[in-house]
Amino acid sequence: MKTVPPSGIRRFFDLVSEIDDVISLGVGEPDYVTPWHIREACIHSLEQGETSYTSNFGLIELREEVSRLYTRKHGVYYDPGTEILVTTGVSEALDLAIRTVVNPGDEVIVVQPSYVAYIPSIIFAGGVPVSVSTKMENDFKLTPKELESAITDRTKAVIINYPNNPTGATMDRGDLEAIADVIVEHDLLMISDEVYECLTYEGTHTCFSSLDGMRERTILLNGFSKAYAMTGFRMAYALAPPEIISSMMLIHQYTMMCAPITAQIGAIEALKNGEAEMQKMIREYDRRRHLIVKGLNDIGFDCFKPKGAFYAFPSIPDTGLSSDEFAERLLNEEQVVTIPGSVFGETGEGFLRCAYAASRNDIKEALERMDRFLGRL
Amino acid sequence: MDKQTRDILEILGEDARVSHAEIATLANMSEKDVTGTIQQLEKAKIIRRYKTVIDWELAGEEYIYAIIELKVRLERKEGYQAIAERLYKFPEVRSVRLLSGEHDISITVRGNSMKQVAFFVAEKIGTLDQVYSTATHFVLKTYKEDGLILDEPEQVKRLPVTP
Ligand SMILES: Cc1ncc(COP(=O)(O)O)c(C=O)c1O
Repeated sequence: MKTVPPSGIRRFFDLVSEIDDVISLGVGEPDYVTPWHIREACIHSLEQGETSYTSNFGLIELREEVSRLYTRKHGVYYDPGTEILVTTGVSEALDLAIRTVVNPGDEVIVVQPSYVAYIPSIIFAGGVPVSVSTKMENDFKLTPKELESAITDRTKAVIINYPNNPTGATMDRGDLEAIADVIVEHDLLMISDEVYECLTYEGTHTCFSSLDGMRERTILLNGFSKAYAMTGFRMAYALAPPEIISSMMLIHQYTMMCAPITAQIGAIEALKNGEAEMQKMIREYDRRRHLIVKGLNDIGFDCFKPKGAFYAFPSIPDTGLSSDEFAERLLNEEQVVTIPGSVFGETGEGFLRCAYAASRNDIKEALERMDRFLGRL
Repeated sequence: MDKQTRDILEILGEDARVSHAEIATLANMSEKDVTGTIQQLEKAKIIRRYKTVIDWELAGEEYIYAIIELKVRLERKEGYQAIAERLYKFPEVRSVRLLSGEHDISITVRGNSMKQVAFFVAEKIGTLDQVYSTATHFVLKTYKEDGLILDEPEQVKRLPVTP
């Protein structure tokens, strides 16, 4: 336990709580309240007395909706009875997936900069995390060469996350097929965290298990937090072949029992009737994406144009400050919260994560303050 | 409708004062294209006009609103268009809608007092040849108007930093 430090994001949280008039680009969640029809469905279910445990797998109606969604959208069929597990957030699904596939000493490849939970989850499971770095000049895509260079005899699985937190990168079908070839060649498993799937602004999202031969090798994680602005509901699911799901389910049934029923009912409503409101939120994120990327580039950052999620990941102009110092001074001197890239792995050093799940006015104000700050450095 | 046109309409629909330069950034277009597209939309009457949402009550102007449901008798040839025109030409009438169901037409009337609105309905609307009954409902409070919630809008309560 002692080898895992608390998340670097946590430190910023403590710093921020002491400062007033803060504009936050540090929030990794939508700035929308969950659409009313979803909340209303939950309220109604409570009025109807739906307050019990559900099947360990999750409500069958929800699993059937998820199954239909994947058939319709990606042409991959998952059996609602044996291949879908409803979890409390992708966070839980991720932990279950890693605990299921990792034996002590097994190596798991993490593509960095990456979401902060991957490496700790691997260590908690007794595995050994091995990082590969993606680069801005490759649009933060994972290349087959980079992946190969990290593989050893002990490698068990790879975790990818596209659209990506923190870079906003996506990988198209061709890019992913090249990765799939490496997975087959070295007989590996893929844990694909696709929680930002719906927030794809350019091109269309390819789900990893829809690639030839990948269904049997993929644990696909997806959820409701980002697309439907449902972070607090803690709703997600894992899709995988029956042997894997049944092992994940074994841990889940003894540690979590089942995901909360109210949230599951909200998730069913989201899948049945949530498309229009989701698309509206996505159109607005897309506009903010253009706004923030142009703004950052105009004031002197070098910002890759993110293709998905809701993060811009500019490289910091050379001022001699580390990303940690830069973010901390920006917070203290201009009250703008950003997250230093180093939090997402060593390779994130020199970058800053700016979430644009914030109102346009906040984004504009933050950019002005950042401009002022850069002028003083 | 293409994506950029939808972007322009949604942005202006929410705030008609956003500059063309800012729309250009938000919709990832050139400013010239934004101006051109807006001109086309105006010419095609897709954009009807730009208006301001005013809280007259807060400004000290005491307006009274009433919704009046009308049953009408149709005359040969003329249909509903003729009666609608007679109604909407009164500046006191703020909206006119043809309805299905029990009543035929619903109008919204604005005045400075209940008495004024009541007299207007009695004298100008009730006396129209085609109108054979009116039911007047005074508005006590408006909570949401044309998609805009008039109470303080709901804010998401988030922590300032999350992964
Ligand atoms: C890449 C990634 N995976 C997983 C999660 C956690 O999602 P959930 O709310 O479903 O636990 C997040 C949240 O920030 C994320 O960014």
